[in-house]
Amino acid sequence: MTSTVLPQVATPVKRSKLLRSLNDCIVVTERNLVAYVRIPDQLFFSSVQPIMFVLLFRYVFGGAIDTPGMSYVDYLMPGIFVQSLLFGCVSTSVGLAEDLQKGLIERFRSLPMARSAVLFGRTISDAVRNIFVMILITLVGFAVGFRIGTSFGLYLVAFALLILFAFCFSWVFAFIGLSASNSETAGLMAFPILFPLTFASTAFVPAESMPTWLRWFAEHQPVSIAVNATRGLMQGGPGADTTHWVVMTLIWSAIFLVVFVPLAVWRYRRVG
Amino acid sequence: MSAAIEAEGLTKTFGGDVLALNGVGFTVEEGTVLGLLGPNGAGKTTTVRVLTTTLIPDSGRARVNGLDVVKDANKVRSSIGLAGQYAAVDANLTGRENLRMVGQLFQLSRKDASRVADELLEHFNLTEAANRPSKTYSGGMRRRLDIAAALVVRPPVLFLDEPTTGLDPNSRTAVWQVVEDLVENGTTVLLTTQYLEEADRLADNIVVVDRGAVIAEGTPATLKSTLGETVLDLGFPDTSTALEASQLFLGKWPAPPVLDGSILELPIDTGPSQVMLALRKLDEAGLAPTSMTLREPSLDDVFLSLTGRRTDLDEDQ
Repeated sequence: MTSTVLPQVATPVKRSKLLRSLNDCIVVTERNLVAYVRIPDQLFFSSVQPIMFVLLFRYVFGGAIDTPGMSYVDYLMPGIFVQSLLFGCVSTSVGLAEDLQKGLIERFRSLPMARSAVLFGRTISDAVRNIFVMILITLVGFAVGFRIGTSFGLYLVAFALLILFAFCFSWVFAFIGLSASNSETAGLMAFPILFPLTFASTAFVPAESMPTWLRWFAEHQPVSIAVNATRGLMQGGPGADTTHWVVMTLIWSAIFLVVFVPLAVWRYRRVG
Repeated sequence: MSAAIEAEGLTKTFGGDVLALNGVGFTVEEGTVLGLLGPNGAGKTTTVRVLTTTLIPDSGRARVNGLDVVKDANKVRSSIGLAGQYAAVDANLTGRENLRMVGQLFQLSRKDASRVADELLEHFNLTEAANRPSKTYSGGMRRRLDIAAALVVRPPVLFLDEPTTGLDPNSRTAVWQVVEDLVENGTTVLLTTQYLEEADRLADNIVVVDRGAVIAEGTPATLKSTLGETVLDLGFPDTSTALEASQLFLGKWPAPPVLDGSILELPIDTGPSQVMLALRKLDEAGLAPTSMTLREPSLDDVFLSLTGRRTDLDEDQ
């Protein structure tokens, strides 16, 4: 040790409880975003996967799938947007499981900070990353022939709706991440949830082509609802229908939040 | 003098059947260092986790700075620092960013958090590495950063969970120096360790835990006097000769001898004359040892004399 004089003690800023929680949340979000910038390969590979899906469905499967009323690429892209953002939620659970495994959560829990800040910090930084993913996939979509059938304004509405929907959905994964025994398991646990929801949906094929029992599921589950809302906003269609899907998407988002925020916070308090 | 840490009858069971704490209790006076000594899996870390509010005990009570660790958890968190094997620093953040983050989470302003971070880096000789991600740090550097993170608000009570496990001798001495500086400045420290030497050097009092319960407590001097200052290891050609030799000392030696296979361990507390006495006894009986070592008593010896068995390193969880 070179110096034996310890630093002067600084006085904490007096803040209300709400402002303290907000401060904690911002600090943790910032910390997560720094990690995204510092490990660019993670960001790179999480962008590669959605691009592969665009190319796969556009050029490999697309020719075999019939979509009434619009070209397949215009049908496909809303599905890809939803699917990519939801697959991105895996990083919410893996990130939290890693923090847990490495002892960072233990450090956070010993600090006088808001119990929900670590979780909000994670889900918010993942939402910020999702904004980049959305922009990237939009550009790739344009490159392979996707066009917005309505207006740029409605595209932005869809954009915002999906970021919100994915943010709410990521709380399911926050809960999973805190319940997994390690980060590998956290990653694996996501797929039995994501695959049925994204593929048994209206994201890539019309539900009419499915057997009756599956069709019922595909038409009523939240991912299809979000896809229908996005498709309506980006490609048009009967106006009343689109409004219905958008409202349903908002309702599902609220359900995810109301159920999984308390569950995840409860898990955070208990974990370990 | 008042108590900075009071623990009473703490119990904790994991997963329904793993009894991690089985009635741990002790008191740490303000401004002193308590060494919590025990093998892996003895309940040291679990005790620290209860005292630092990250784990709720099944029963029992604990107070830190007079505040209940369950009921006033958030107030306790404002007045403690935690460093060690269980609580980590962020590998992707630089040393400076790590310390600044902790400062901000203690509600310091951005400016104050940066200033404190820089001063701590300077104090812990990490200024040169300040802007490197902490995953590039050596074990000793990371441990110093970890301790620095626990000192951001200069808490009156500091918990160090195995602060030197896995460190090379130089880094270990550096960490010890830090702890001694802090204690000089009035900080109360609870440190867990597997090393008797470390507890001996730093602690005013030692609590020995085993299987979730306190099995001995006292000053390092009292604990050592029950063991003898030094241990004389005498090796014999076979176990039966060693057994024969042990009969010479059984009941006739200040502290009981211990037989470990073909090795006879004799506690020595009055210096070289006692060693000579031992050798003379063996010579008279015509029993010649094949090897001879004088050493400091280890944690293993403390355990053996307290519990009659060696430390259960296999029970590590």
